[in-house]
Amino acid sequence: MNDLRVNNISRSFGGLQALQGVSFDVASGNVHGLIGPNGAGKTTLINILSGVLAPTSGEVFYRDQALHRVPAHRVAAMGVARTFQNIRLFPTMTCLENVQAGHHLTAPRPLLPRLLRLPSAGREDRELAAKSRGILARVGLDAKDSHLAKNLSYGERRRLEIARALSFRPRLLLLDEPVAGMRRAEAAEVANLVRSLAGEGMTILLIEHNMSFVMNLCSRITVLNFGRVITTGSPEEVRGHREVIEAYLGSGGHDA
Amino acid sequence: MLEQLAQFYAVYGSVINFIGINALLALSLNVTLAAGMLSLGNAAFAGLGGYAAGILTIYFKLPYVVSLCGGALVAGIVGLVLGLPVLRLRGVFLAMATLAFGEVVRIAAVNLDITGGAEGLTGIPNVTKTWIIYLTLAGTAYFMAVLRSSKLGWALVSMREDETAAACLGIHVTYYKVVAFTIGAMIAGLAGGMYAHLNYLITPRDFGFFIAVDLLIYNIVGGTRIWYGPILGAALITALPEILRGVGVTAGPIRMGVNGLILLLVILFLPNGLASIFARVRPAAAKAETA
Repeated sequence: MNDLRVNNISRSFGGLQALQGVSFDVASGNVHGLIGPNGAGKTTLINILSGVLAPTSGEVFYRDQALHRVPAHRVAAMGVARTFQNIRLFPTMTCLENVQAGHHLTAPRPLLPRLLRLPSAGREDRELAAKSRGILARVGLDAKDSHLAKNLSYGERRRLEIARALSFRPRLLLLDEPVAGMRRAEAAEVANLVRSLAGEGMTILLIEHNMSFVMNLCSRITVLNFGRVITTGSPEEVRGHREVIEAYLGSGGHDA
Repeated sequence: MLEQLAQFYAVYGSVINFIGINALLALSLNVTLAAGMLSLGNAAFAGLGGYAAGILTIYFKLPYVVSLCGGALVAGIVGLVLGLPVLRLRGVFLAMATLAFGEVVRIAAVNLDITGGAEGLTGIPNVTKTWIIYLTLAGTAYFMAVLRSSKLGWALVSMREDETAAACLGIHVTYYKVVAFTIGAMIAGLAGGMYAHLNYLITPRDFGFFIAVDLLIYNIVGGTRIWYGPILGAALITALPEILRGVGVTAGPIRMGVNGLILLLVILFLPNGLASIFARVRPAAAKAETA
């Protein structure tokens, strides 16, 4: 079964055609990679899939629900979470608070019982804090729960963003360069996390420039170049594809 | 002792009242500031509430509390109607639009008959008591303190930190902006109604541009991130002329200069406001741990 169906999506910014007729499917429970040289339109596509941008034309279906032209907060409510290439944390909140804030869709946190100091409010907050610590532990940040997000290292901030995205239990996770700037050991931890999430049935679409990370982790890969899909296939198929090699290495008359 | 207290109140009663009302106005602005919205319309909402409450008392002979609620309601409804289109704007553009709204309210008050024109609405009974002001302030401060832990409060702070990220977590940004704007307008309207019933009269000048900026100064000086910040700021700036007089400096022209100096010092040395002196200073603690 396909979770996500991208059908003939185009998007232009003024005269720039960022995406042209992009189509591919992401199967349920799969880890699907999205690769391509800089400026290929990968992040634009993630922005469209998460409702941050509307496509100029084309359709996206998530579990047979139309997703194009749905605003970001409703896309999230459909069970789609994302991270950002240029990391968008809540900088002056602690790690724990970032994850607590991420529970907007799943934690009711009503105002009235809090104004009346009912015990249910305190209980909800304690349960939520415990749950949030558990999510932090999954990305290896449980020891830093009281640190401000802006004081974390680059790799830690990326992992915190994943933790925040996980907080409302999405069924589709869009990761925009999850291991960029990470040390190898740190990247391997993220790879393990992605594997275990997929094992729990979560569908994951990820953009990444780190080829060994993508090739080891993804069961299917879509390659974009200049806003068009070159190919979608298994890592082996993609690795051997002539146009993919040209797009990455150039075709300046060298023999392969 | 009690006698001295009574004497103090007899001399400084009006300053004490104005501290309370200004603190309430500062809190009304804080609701929107907490969500990262810079609005300069809260003085106008206070004016709307003040005029509406005054008119309800004078022309409709309604009891004080009902008039106050009516004033808050009018300000809230106008806030809702204004908020829907205006809150698509961000940052300085929102400030400009709300500033323009403030001018519209002022000009309307000058030109309408029911508001008494430029001379203002006179003959409002002065029934606002100090304990009413401070009871309302305490209630509002409690509301603001509790708000932070609710779904609404988390959403507002998330939006202040990063609007796009907040939207991608399922937070309906425009909805929560309008809610915050309306709550702020209602609190401002309530404060305006109490002001009108304190002073016998209310004039278009009472809620002009400079008042709108004063509300912002209260927040910056006191600190926007915790409920008592705006109250501290309002208390200090409002009491300042009296304090200066106490040390032998006649207020007047230099008052604005002293306000400016305080603002500058706070921005330079206490970017999170006076409240950060009292708050458990989290950033420093976090820094110490990483060091």
